[in-house]
Amino acid sequence: METLIIILAGILVTVSTYLMLSKNLIRIILGMSLLTHASHLLLMAMGGFKGNVPIIGDQAGEFIDALPQALILTSIVISFGVTSFILVLAYRNYETFKIDNLDKLWGIKDE
Amino acid sequence: MKINEVILQSIAKLVVFIILTLALYLFFSGHNAPGGGFIAGLVLASAIILLFLAFDMETVLKGIPLDFKMIAALGVFLAVSTGVGSILFDVPFLTHTIVAYDLPLLGMIELSTVTLFEAGVALTVVGVVITIILTISEDV
Amino acid sequence: MNNIIVLPLVIPILTGILLVFLHRHVKTQRWISIIATILNIVISFIILQKIHVEGILKLDFGGWAAPYGITFVADSFAVLLVLTANFVTALCLIYAMFSIGEKREKLFFYPFVHLLVAGVNGSFLTGDLFNLFVCFEVMLLASYALITHGGTRIQLRESIKYIVINVLSSSLFVIAIAYLYGSIGTLNLAHLSARIAESGQTPLLTAISLLFLIVFSIKSGLLLYQWLPGSYSAPPTAIAALFGALLTKVGVYALFRTFSLLFYHEPAVTHNLIGIMAAITLIGGSIGAIAYKNIRHIVAYNVVIAIGFILIGLAVSTQSAIEGSIYYLIHDMIIKALLFLLAGTMITLTRTSRFDQVSGLIRNYPVLGWLFFIAMLSLTGIPPFSGFIGKILVGYGAVETGHFLLLALGFISSLFVLYSLLRIFMNSFWGETMISEDQEAPLKKGLIIPCLILALATIALGVGAESIATYVSDAANTLLNPDIYIDAVLNK
Repeated sequence: METLIIILAGILVTVSTYLMLSKNLIRIILGMSLLTHASHLLLMAMGGFKGNVPIIGDQAGEFIDALPQALILTSIVISFGVTSFILVLAYRNYETFKIDNLDKLWGIKDE
Repeated sequence: MKINEVILQSIAKLVVFIILTLALYLFFSGHNAPGGGFIAGLVLASAIILLFLAFDMETVLKGIPLDFKMIAALGVFLAVSTGVGSILFDVPFLTHTIVAYDLPLLGMIELSTVTLFEAGVALTVVGVVITIILTISEDV
Repeated sequence: MNNIIVLPLVIPILTGILLVFLHRHVKTQRWISIIATILNIVISFIILQKIHVEGILKLDFGGWAAPYGITFVADSFAVLLVLTANFVTALCLIYAMFSIGEKREKLFFYPFVHLLVAGVNGSFLTGDLFNLFVCFEVMLLASYALITHGGTRIQLRESIKYIVINVLSSSLFVIAIAYLYGSIGTLNLAHLSARIAESGQTPLLTAISLLFLIVFSIKSGLLLYQWLPGSYSAPPTAIAALFGALLTKVGVYALFRTFSLLFYHEPAVTHNLIGIMAAITLIGGSIGAIAYKNIRHIVAYNVVIAIGFILIGLAVSTQSAIEGSIYYLIHDMIIKALLFLLAGTMITLTRTSRFDQVSGLIRNYPVLGWLFFIAMLSLTGIPPFSGFIGKILVGYGAVETGHFLLLALGFISSLFVLYSLLRIFMNSFWGETMISEDQEAPLKKGLIIPCLILALATIALGVGAESIATYVSDAANTLLNPDIYIDAVLNK
C-alpha cells in the first residue's frame, strides 16, 4: 500500500511539473495544487497505513501514527486558502489585463 | 438574473435542515469520535452554499444578513482567546480543561473548553469558505 | 511558567483580529497598531533579560511535554531577531500611516501587517519543524495579501511570480518534512538534533538536508533570488520596507537554525555548498545592483547582497563568524528598512523611479540627502555605523578558517554596494537643482521621522555594539553548541 501511494505521489509530481512549466496561468495553478496533493500523499505514506483509528478505546498499542494525518490536515487547510487566494488573483489579473499567458504578461507596461 | 427552479428550491428547503443537523452532530461528536469543528464548519458552509445555488444571492443574503468576513474573524478570536484564557489561569498556553456533571434526566454531561475552541474553528471555516465563494461568484 | 514567550505571537494575532472589526475606524486602528507593537517590543526586551538570567526558555503548549507537544523555545538568537523585527515594524507602521492612503487603511491593511508580524515572530520562536512551516505560511499568506494590497497593475503582475515561487517552495518544505519524519520519526527540533547526533548524519539525511537548503534558499533569496527584485519593487513603500527587512531574514534564520542545530555533522558537504551559494549570490547581487537605473531594483538587489554576506558566517561557522552574522542580521533588518523607506520617499517626491532623471535633491531636501548618505556608509560598513562590526567579525572568522575567497568576495561586494548607492547619491542628490522652490513637493514630517529614528538606531548599534555583545555571544554560543538547546528543551 505504501509503495502504491508513493508511486501515485510520483505520478502527481510528474503531472504537476508538466502543468507548471506551461504558460497558461490556470494550468500553473492546477499544477501547484497537484504538487501540494502529492506532498500530502507522501507525508501520509510516511506515517504508514497499518493500524487502528487512533482514538481512545480498548485496543491501545495497535494505533496508527496519528501525527502525519494531523500534519496533512493542517497543510490541506493552508493549501486550500492559498489556492483560493491565487485563483481570485488570477481572475483579477485576467480582468485587468485580458491575458492569461504569462509570457505576454511580463511585457505589459506598469501604468 | 432570476432563477426559477421549483424542484431544486423545494428540495433545498428540506435538505438544508438535514445538513444543518448533520453539522451539529459532527460538531458535538468530535469530542471522542471522528468529527469536530473543522468538518462541522465545512458541512455548515455547504448548507449555505446549497441555498446560494437554489435561490439567488440577494435573497439568501437578505435572510442571513451577516458579513462572513467578520464571522471568520470572530471564529479566530474565539479560538485564540481560549488559548489566552489559559495564560490568565497561569497554565501553559492552549491548556484545555474538562469538567463532568451528573445532571438529572440527561445523565453524565462533560463540559470542555475544547468545545469553545472547536466552535471558533467552525465559525472560521464557515466564514472563510463562504467569503471565498462569494468573492469569486460576485462579479461573474 | 514561561507563558511570556508566546506573547510575541499572540499579541499581533489578537490585535490583527480586533482591527478587522474596527476596519472602518482609521484613527483607532492606527493607535491600537502602534500600542500593540510597542507592547511587543517591551515584552521581547523582558524575555531577552529573562534569558540572560535563566538561560533558554521553553513553553510546552497545553502542557504536553517536549517531543510530543508543540514547543516554543526562546534563545537569545531568536529573541534578538524578534526584538529587531518589532522595532522595524513599529517604524514602518508610522511611515505607512502618512503614506499609504485611507483607502488602503480601510481595506484591512493593519490586520495583515499584524498577522505578518505574528508569522515572523512565530517562526523565530518555534521549536518544532512543522510549526515552523505553519508560521512561515501565516507570514506568507499575509504577505500575499499585502503584496497585492490595493491592486495596482504592477502589483498584480509581479505578485503572481512571488506567490507561485513561494507555493512551490512550501510544497518542497512539506516534502522535506515528510522525508525527515519518515527517517527520524520526530519533528521537534531538539529531539531531531539529539537523534541525528545519536545515529550519525547518514548520506540519506544529508540528502534531506539539501532539500531543506533548497527550500530555505528560495525563501531567503540565497542563490535562488531571481523572484526577489521584481516582487519587492512592486508594493507601496511601507510594505516593501517591511518585506525587505523581515521576510528574507526569516529564511536566513531557518537556515541558521537547521544547519547549526540539525545538520552540522557533514560541513564538508552542506556548509561548503552554502559557502559556494553565498559566493554566487554575492556576485549575482553585485551585478544586479549596478545594472539597473531603477532605484527600487537597486535597493532590492542590495537585499540579495546582504543575504550572501550573512551566510558567509554560516558557511564558516566559527564563534566570531556566527557572532558577526548575528550582528549583521540585526543591522541589516534596520538598514534595509531605512534604505527602502528612503528610496520610496525619493520616488514619491520626484514621481520617477529612475535616478538619472533627478538631480540636486539635497538642496530641496537636505535631511533626506544626509540620511541617504548615512544609510550608504552604514551598508558599506564604515566604522561608526552598525555594518562595521558585523563585517569585521565575519571577516575575522573567514581568516581564521582560511576561507579567503569568500572573504574577498564579501568585501568586494561591499564596494559594489557603495558604488551602486553612490551612483544614486551623486546623480540624484548632487548636481544642478531641478525642482524649483515653488514646485517642491512638501516632505511630510511623518515620512522623515521613522527614517531619522532608524538612522539613529544604526548609529547607536554601531557605537554601542558592546551593550548587546553579551546577548550576541550567548546566541552564537547556543548556535554552535546544540547540546545547550537540547538540554533546555528536553531535560528541564
